[in-house]
Amino acid sequence: MMSSLLRLNQVEAFIQKFHILHDISFEVPKGEVTVLLGRNGAGKTTTLRTIMGLNKVSKGSINFQGEEIGNLLTHRIANKGIGFVPEEQGIFGELTVGENMRVAMKKEDEQTTKRMEWVLDLFPDLKKFWKKPGGALSGGQKQMLAIARAYVNENELLLIDEPSKGLAPIIVDKVTESIQQMKEQTTILLVEQNFLMASKIGKKFYIIDDGRTVHSGQMDELKEDKVLMKKYLGIS
Amino acid sequence: MNLAKVEKSTWIYLAISLLLVIVPFIVTGRSMQFIIIQFFIFAIFAMSYDILLGYTGIISFGHVMFFGIGAYSTAIVMNRFDSTILSFILAIIIAIILAAIVSLIVGMLTLRLKSHFYAMLTLALAGLFLVGAEKWRSLTGGNDGFTFSLPEILRDSQSLYMLCLLSLVLIFFGLRRLTKSPFGRVLMAIRENEKRTESLGYKIVHYKVIASVVAGVVASFAGVLYSISLRFVNTSVFATDMTIDVLLMTIIGGVGTLIGPIIGAGLVEFAHHWLSSLADVHWIFERWIILYGIVYILVVIFFPLGIVGTIQKKFFNRQNYQKKKQQNPRRKLDEGRKEDEDELYRNG
Repeated sequence: MMSSLLRLNQVEAFIQKFHILHDISFEVPKGEVTVLLGRNGAGKTTTLRTIMGLNKVSKGSINFQGEEIGNLLTHRIANKGIGFVPEEQGIFGELTVGENMRVAMKKEDEQTTKRMEWVLDLFPDLKKFWKKPGGALSGGQKQMLAIARAYVNENELLLIDEPSKGLAPIIVDKVTESIQQMKEQTTILLVEQNFLMASKIGKKFYIIDDGRTVHSGQMDELKEDKVLMKKYLGIS
Repeated sequence: MNLAKVEKSTWIYLAISLLLVIVPFIVTGRSMQFIIIQFFIFAIFAMSYDILLGYTGIISFGHVMFFGIGAYSTAIVMNRFDSTILSFILAIIIAIILAAIVSLIVGMLTLRLKSHFYAMLTLALAGLFLVGAEKWRSLTGGNDGFTFSLPEILRDSQSLYMLCLLSLVLIFFGLRRLTKSPFGRVLMAIRENEKRTESLGYKIVHYKVIASVVAGVVASFAGVLYSISLRFVNTSVFATDMTIDVLLMTIIGGVGTLIGPIIGAGLVEFAHHWLSSLADVHWIFERWIILYGIVYILVVIFFPLGIVGTIQKKFFNRQNYQKKKQQNPRRKLDEGRKEDEDELYRNG
């Protein structure tokens, strides 16, 4: 049986005075892609932000590699080995592609250089536009840059928030393909509304609804469960 | 050092610096030399502000306090000790250490605050220094200020010119190196999005405090040069007008460019001199600050990136256009189509 890399237990969180997460509990097994599914506003993005320490945990615990990280500051959590690809790409628009990549590199050793080369082979557009400001890239290229930036360090876990959002189907295929290649080397927690993409990449899923984890299981089973898909994801 | 790897812009800046070396041999008028010296000093001050505003995104309304610390440290040391080079070096050391300590404390206490709170708090702190300088008459001479003597070599306007020019060049290249280093990249990332930078593993308060110390020390050094250029100091070196001036220089020249604040300082200094000399023509030129206000509004509306920022953007767009033209037309068409698809999808 796979060991859990990340475990959330009855996590609650607020954004200002609004109670967003009521009861989030799930586990991310090491070496797998776990997907968080749910409708808009269910609390998926807030969950990822809470794991990263961008929202405070008001109750419950977040355990990463056997250590409680729920009360740590964001930079400490990142330095534990968690890479974050935020929603809407989250790149630095005024920095060039090269600067975006370099600013993300925690060290410049042989291992990181190899990862950089690998990721640039995966996304050749980034090499092509190396000196171009990040803000001048197309939506798909920005997404590739955001993923590449998180991957360049040897992170134990990647949190990826809606990588298909706002992208043309042809670009979504490319992003899907790249995440599939990455999952061979790192554990991924993916938030995705595009069920087709999620089902191609993910193994285990959790459904979040109204700030609570309401269902979990294997992705293959979910594909067959039309009632569940309609109830929580609005897919018929 | 491999000279082939030196950027073209570096050679251009060095050539301009060399040209500036011969200026005092051509422009022999003392008043013009003085204006150029003031331009060099304010260029250094404006660069220090650019590190805060342009590179780190910190808005400070109290940056003048470091300028004042430098000016007063020099004046007080030179007034109390013999006017020797050694005293001058001691004054510089004291100015730098004091500015570093004050900026470190101010940074650690205030940089955790949201930007507008930080701006207001720095304004209050600068006000505190101004009041302190006014009230501590035994040390500062109050509003009237005091004069002091300098070593022989610094009394010569050509030597002072060379000292200010050398300081400007060294500080420019030093700060340029800093902003192009990994540290500088983190500062720019902070400027764009603090949370995003933090989630990459950077403790942003550390970086902001370091930027604040660097900016404070450079501003203090500008204050040192300012006081020796006048051989006089009074409380005007702590006045908020100075911060407004330096903000104007940085924004007109182009924030986050380093060279922009130098150009901005030149424009503001020479415009100030020229407009003041037109006071006999019309009373409005006596109130040149009104004209500054108009220029500032026009720049913010029409050149939000400042002079250098606008030129850089235009140059970048032209380069892009030429690159696209050189590309294979068929490939260009495909890429354009993909980008259009992407854009259409995003816009629904």
